Amino acid sequence: MHTVEVNNLVKDYGAIQAIKGISFNIDQGEIFGLIGPNGAGKTTALRVISTLLQITSGSVKVLEYDVKKNPEEVRKLISYLPEDAGAYKNLTGRAYLTFIANFFTYKNTKEMIEKGITIADLEDRIDDKVDTYSKGMKRRLLVGRALMTDPRLAILDEPTSGLDVINAQEIRKIIKDITRAGTTVLLSSHNMLEVEYLCDRIALISDGIIVERGRPKQLMEKYNASNIEEVFTKVVQ
Amino acid sequence: MKSLNNIIKKEIKELLTPATIIPIVVMAFIFGSIGTSMEGIQEELEEKPVIGYIVQDTGDLVTLAVSIIDNRSEVVFNSTNINDKSIGLEQIGENDGMALIVITQNFSKNIHNNKMGEIEVYWIMKGAGIMDSISSETVEQLIGSINYEISKSLIEENSTINATIALNPSNKIDTTYFKGKEFNRLSPGIIIGLLSTQSFLFPIVMMMIIIVAGSMVISSMAMEKENKTLETLLTLPVKRTSIVTGKIVASAVVGLIFAIIYMVGMSRYFSGLNFSVQELNLADFGLALTSDDFVLMGISLFVALISALALCMLLGTLAKNYKSAQTLTFPITMLALVPMFFTMFADFDTLPLALKALVFAIPFSHPMMAARALIFNDYLLVVSGIIYVTVFAIVTISIVVWVFKTDKLLTGSIRLKKFADLRKHYRSR
Ligand SMILES: Nc1ncnc2c1ncn2[C@@H]1O[C@H](COP(=O)(O)OP(=O)(O)OP(=O)(O)O)[C@@H](O)[C@H]1O
Ligand SMILES: [Mg+2]
Repeated sequence: MHTVEVNNLVKDYGAIQAIKGISFNIDQGEIFGLIGPNGAGKTTALRVISTLLQITSGSVKVLEYDVKKNPEEVRKLISYLPEDAGAYKNLTGRAYLTFIANFFTYKNTKEMIEKGITIADLEDRIDDKVDTYSKGMKRRLLVGRALMTDPRLAILDEPTSGLDVINAQEIRKIIKDITRAGTTVLLSSHNMLEVEYLCDRIALISDGIIVERGRPKQLMEKYNASNIEEVFTKVVQ
Repeated sequence: MKSLNNIIKKEIKELLTPATIIPIVVMAFIFGSIGTSMEGIQEELEEKPVIGYIVQDTGDLVTLAVSIIDNRSEVVFNSTNINDKSIGLEQIGENDGMALIVITQNFSKNIHNNKMGEIEVYWIMKGAGIMDSISSETVEQLIGSINYEISKSLIEENSTINATIALNPSNKIDTTYFKGKEFNRLSPGIIIGLLSTQSFLFPIVMMMIIIVAGSMVISSMAMEKENKTLETLLTLPVKRTSIVTGKIVASAVVGLIFAIIYMVGMSRYFSGLNFSVQELNLADFGLALTSDDFVLMGISLFVALISALALCMLLGTLAKNYKSAQTLTFPITMLALVPMFFTMFADFDTLPLALKALVFAIPFSHPMMAARALIFNDYLLVVSGIIYVTVFAIVTISIVVWVFKTDKLLTGSIRLKKFADLRKHYRSR
């Protein structure tokens, strides 16, 4: 059984067709990257898999559950980090993590909060209000929130956006680590270095269609490129 | 200068959107119609009251009194026999009149003998709103001018009557029939005053709670969207129903706390205003609320608050940010103000059918009307109201939960696909 199974997925926003029939599978423990230019449909695809958007046609399965038929079961398995998410402004970082953890009554919430605090790594600022955080601090808190729940599938939309080089590297390491513990990761990114370093497999999406896919190494060989950025420009143009 | 223009232009463009203009237009329209109804009140005050009279006495002062009555009112019944009282009341009632004035035997003689003359007024009271107090006021004025004219003629005649009687020759004795009850020595004005807590305090407090709690729900939805916390919340293992219920219950609790604070504050305010005759007590006239009544009122308030909040949730799903949330509280404010004014101005029973339907349909009317209705044991109105509002709340909550289950909340595309197609079609041309 695949962890994620996307079959001929189509998503319309009213008259705009954002996704025009894409299919891919992700296996357990894999890091799968969706890359593509702005407006290609990456966020839309991630939001469909996260049970946020209704499927126009096609199907999405997460483990044994169909996203359309069993969204509530899927929500127990996943964790979604939106690309421009925020946290409740007048909560402290710790209170925010506690608020989220309390939805997972079937897990050990105390451990969960500790894990979130460790990932966020905000030191004593964790007890300050979210309102006072910098963009990067907020992102770290949200990454902590997304990964602390030990999801079977983590869906991360541009996880390191807004982070400086050091912070971004740290987050990448954390993402790699959680896959060793059995979590599967589906992410989108504009950072080709990140993609190359993190992803086991990638799919290049453009204008709602997957135009290329494979392991980063394979693709570089195929396009005779020295890095994924070159592959990206060659495929998209 | 150029950059200043640039800023002004952009600001005006942002401020003058349909969302900001429509509420103002509607507001203007509503104030316009309030003005028109005020004119109506003015006319009513100028209109002659419809009454009847029984005059047993034939003295000179009575002749004066009768000529004033004939002059200043529309008389639909008159008699000289005190036994005609019930027939008279019936006839006046049929003619939509409001009072039977009885001037007893010896009226003139008493005054000439330095005793006050007695004018008995039997009131047919229809409702306990402001409109009703205005119409009873016209009769009060009539009695007042009888007293004044008699006094004037006594003084002009230079009669030997002592000054106290000459200045205030007649005494009015009221009996009021209202909702099948008889109230001795109470005029409609006093009864309306006694009911002021029910007629004014409850509607005002209810209106405030709805607006305050309602805008809390709407802005809470707007904040979730503006701060981008909604998406995260919707991917957590939590039922949509729990999210909706949680938000509604939280605001309902806060709303009820406000209700208690307002209630305490406002009742001080009202007693400070000295609205009614303070020594009089509703309970002395069998006009008290039993504990069962309070339970019914509580239920009525509760279901109305829930339906208000559900309605606000529905509006909140349309809110894109904090600014649009402000605009969205407008329909709720209107829905709270309309029944408040109606409850203050008139009794449900006395409204024309179309208005009755409107007032009944607005769920917030019911707790506003409940107290006054319960005092007069109008259980049918209160209980049917509770049933209606409960159904309204359930339906609205189901719609909200449905919206939460679709992706309309996030994509904000309530507009129909067809409409979008049409736009695309026109754009491509
Ligand atoms: N709520 C919406 N209503 C209408 N169209 C939308 C909506 N959200 C996204 N779209 C459209 O869907 C298409 C795909 O958008 P999406 O956000 O998935 O792109 P993306 O690949 O994540 O881009 P980026 O790299 O800029 O984040 C775009 O054309 C976009 O305009
Ligand atoms: Mg995106």
